[in-house]
Amino acid sequence: MGNIATSGNKGKGVRSDCFVTIELMDKEGIDIQLQSKVGVIFGEEIIKEIKNILNYFGIKEAKVHLEDSGALAFVIAARVEVAVNQLIQNEKEYLPELIEENKYQTTKDSKRFSRLYLPGNTPSLMINAGIHKPDGIILDLEDSVAPDKKAEARLLVRNALRQLDFYGAERMVRINQVPKGLDDLDYIIPHNVNLILIPKCESAGQIHQVNKKIDELKSKHNIENPVWLMPIIESALGVINAYEIASAADNVVSLAIGLEDYTADIGTRRTNEGTESFFARSQVVNAARAARIQAIDSVFSDVADMEALKQNVLRSKALGFDGMGCIHPRQIAVIHENFAPDETEIEKAKKIVNAFIEANEKGLGVVSLGTKMIDPPVVKRAQNTINLAVNMGKLKKNWREEI
Amino acid sequence: MKKYDKLVKNAVGRIVPTIINGEEHIPFKGVGKYIPDGRKYAPRLSSCANYPNDGNKLVPSLKEALIKAGLKDGMTISTHHHFRNGDIIAVQIFDIAHELGIKDLRWFPSASFPCQEPLIKYMEDGTINRIEGSMNGPLGRFCSEGKMKGIGVLRSHGGRYQAVQDGDVKIDIAIIAAPTADAFGNANGVNGPAACGLLGFALADSQYADKVIVVTDNLVPFPCIPWQIHGNYVDYTVKVDKVGIPEKIISGTTRITKSPDRLLIAEMTAKFCDEAGIVKDGFSYQAGAGGTSLSIGNYFGDMLRERGIKARFIRAGSNKYPVEMLEEGLVDYILDGQTFDLEGVRSMRENPNHINTSPFTSYNYHGKGNFATMVDVVILGATEVDVNFNANVVTHSDGYLLHGMGGWQNCLFSKCTILPIPLFRDRIPIIKDEVTTICGPGELIDVIVTERGIAINPRRTDLIEKLKGSELPIKTIEELKKEAEKICGVPAKPKLSDEIVAVIKWVDGTIIDAVRKVE
Repeated sequence: MGNIATSGNKGKGVRSDCFVTIELMDKEGIDIQLQSKVGVIFGEEIIKEIKNILNYFGIKEAKVHLEDSGALAFVIAARVEVAVNQLIQNEKEYLPELIEENKYQTTKDSKRFSRLYLPGNTPSLMINAGIHKPDGIILDLEDSVAPDKKAEARLLVRNALRQLDFYGAERMVRINQVPKGLDDLDYIIPHNVNLILIPKCESAGQIHQVNKKIDELKSKHNIENPVWLMPIIESALGVINAYEIASAADNVVSLAIGLEDYTADIGTRRTNEGTESFFARSQVVNAARAARIQAIDSVFSDVADMEALKQNVLRSKALGFDGMGCIHPRQIAVIHENFAPDETEIEKAKKIVNAFIEANEKGLGVVSLGTKMIDPPVVKRAQNTINLAVNMGKLKKNWREEI
Repeated sequence: MKKYDKLVKNAVGRIVPTIINGEEHIPFKGVGKYIPDGRKYAPRLSSCANYPNDGNKLVPSLKEALIKAGLKDGMTISTHHHFRNGDIIAVQIFDIAHELGIKDLRWFPSASFPCQEPLIKYMEDGTINRIEGSMNGPLGRFCSEGKMKGIGVLRSHGGRYQAVQDGDVKIDIAIIAAPTADAFGNANGVNGPAACGLLGFALADSQYADKVIVVTDNLVPFPCIPWQIHGNYVDYTVKVDKVGIPEKIISGTTRITKSPDRLLIAEMTAKFCDEAGIVKDGFSYQAGAGGTSLSIGNYFGDMLRERGIKARFIRAGSNKYPVEMLEEGLVDYILDGQTFDLEGVRSMRENPNHINTSPFTSYNYHGKGNFATMVDVVILGATEVDVNFNANVVTHSDGYLLHGMGGWQNCLFSKCTILPIPLFRDRIPIIKDEVTTICGPGELIDVIVTERGIAINPRRTDLIEKLKGSELPIKTIEELKKEAEKICGVPAKPKLSDEIVAVIKWVDGTIIDAVRKVE
């Protein structure tokens, strides 16, 4: 270990972040140089907080230089801690408070139309993510983080899970590929994460590895909340093993497909029409349905073309998918709008649910609509459609009064 | 002479000087409370006997024109800002003044821009005593650090017209840079290589200055049509090689924002206006040239198109977006104060329904009405707002004077004033207990729209009533403030000295606040 360490980001275009340099000294206590665009209004608070962190790690003599572009306190804390970890051997973690707003859980069948990917080492994109109301927010530790920034991203994501208001969105993290990604879990599981995305998943064994680690951490930290899994199929082998993966464990709630890597793996290119991935997408939908879990489609990468996104969503829904990833907040509304049940679906669902309720009231064991018998799974699906329509404001809560 | 004296507490509780740069001023009394008495300022009489019958007022150079106009120590020199950051004439004027050894000039621009940073050296060496006008970027920084010899005076566009008309500021020499002019001094902004649309900000200068010089690089034979500036006010004309830098005249900010957060704010603002019943057939609005304002205009356009209705007029800062709406027939008129891009310039040149306005017609508070009060909704920016809805548009939370005021104060008189602003910028919360500088009193600011919620001024019970049951996140301003502070922390107050470096005028010429030196 050296005497000097740095962490964070600086330079043109960097916002809401900071770059810290710490040099261990032999004497003269703690000397903090602050260069901050918010120095006038937050300077004293920032210096106090850095001193607290250094004190927590037992550092008594050091020179600190912080170049701050308006980072929130939890970002500064993560950056400083990463630098400290490079300077001294320690097992400690400097944890900011887990805010009350973030102490919620999700369910196995939570609505997962949209999930917004955010690079795990870019605080400026995280701060307002929740206000765009995606169903899930993914703090990504994998592809969007450069290899030499993985350690920084882990602590930033950890602090974000504790301090960043997700405004009710499902709290998700994409870890690195297993087995390397298993180490990421140490920084994620104790901080009320709702769901873990497992990238480039190819076997049930990988799911078991992840679950083993999760169980260890849960018992170590006395965690009872469920942690859901969403494996991502991104290779030919993954597609072949899709059902094995989807049914590998009870906490696997969705099966997702990642088309950039998949198309590369089968030696072709991704097109807007998606003919090249038709088999894989159908396979994923089938595997997910067979395992009674959700099927989630890949992201659509042209963030400027909302019409093409809409067409993509409609195709995706027609194939049987339940949701889709997004890489820009403006995509969320389009995805929600088009995955939502349309008029025809709502009308049909209303008839089925109504028939079911009436049959129940009459004490009939069999539900029928006209001359057709209706099976329980169909009723359940119709009820889901109604619930969605009501939640999305497309149907009044008291719709039955108007029939 | 003391730079300022006789401090009093004004009607918004701010301590302001009433003697500034040796002249007497009135403290802010409240909105509509100060009613002036007396007559307008009258410029000197002229006689045609002293001007050439052939109408040729050309002199060989700007320097000669300034000498002929009698440039001397202590004078007030005015310029307009229609060339924005592409202005080159203002610096030339003071280069000449410096060369002639002139001292203590008061520069009275309608706004200043970063391109005028070279003037700092003339403020240091005493050529310029002070700037009375909006100060952006480096000039604002210079003033904030207490380096200007005199006290800065900031006025709104309407306030500037009022000050000239009332004789609060007597302009000795007005220099009007013009994209096109004839030798008589008729001038316009719609033609020529440096076309900037119009010259409305120079109207008062032409009408009231002792001497008026028109400078152009596109001299046309009489008559220069349209004659937005009348040659009958002009003493000298000057032909130069280049009057402005065209690519810098066009503002770089006039694009619809791509920021998802800003788009969200714009969408919420447009929805708010709709639910408040503002968006209807025959309504009018002002949306500025910032990315958020432009997208609000776009949302309005969508609503008009869908419902097959029309707006009566758009008050602009124009650029291609309102021009498209005008040409599509979604609005009857654009009442334009300044054009921000070439589409705006073209439209003003070609379309009789794209009207060239001046601070006299739009904003002057000491007139028999102005049309700012008739606009249904205006969308404005702010650097800070306090819990009483008082807003700041000139200084930042660190106390630095970094922005101009433009027509901001004047627009507050519309039927509904909305400030769509992010709840915090990086880590800087926008809603404070007290703003650093009050530019607009809270009673005129109706709604704050942030990405995390909308606060309606409690005085607007009508709006609160209309938005009852809305799905928009309506919150109190205190709730919004708490929300920001939960995320950012509670900011400390900037350390400012007691020393005053500039004052902010209200639209009626009274002093609403003072800017303190940054330590």
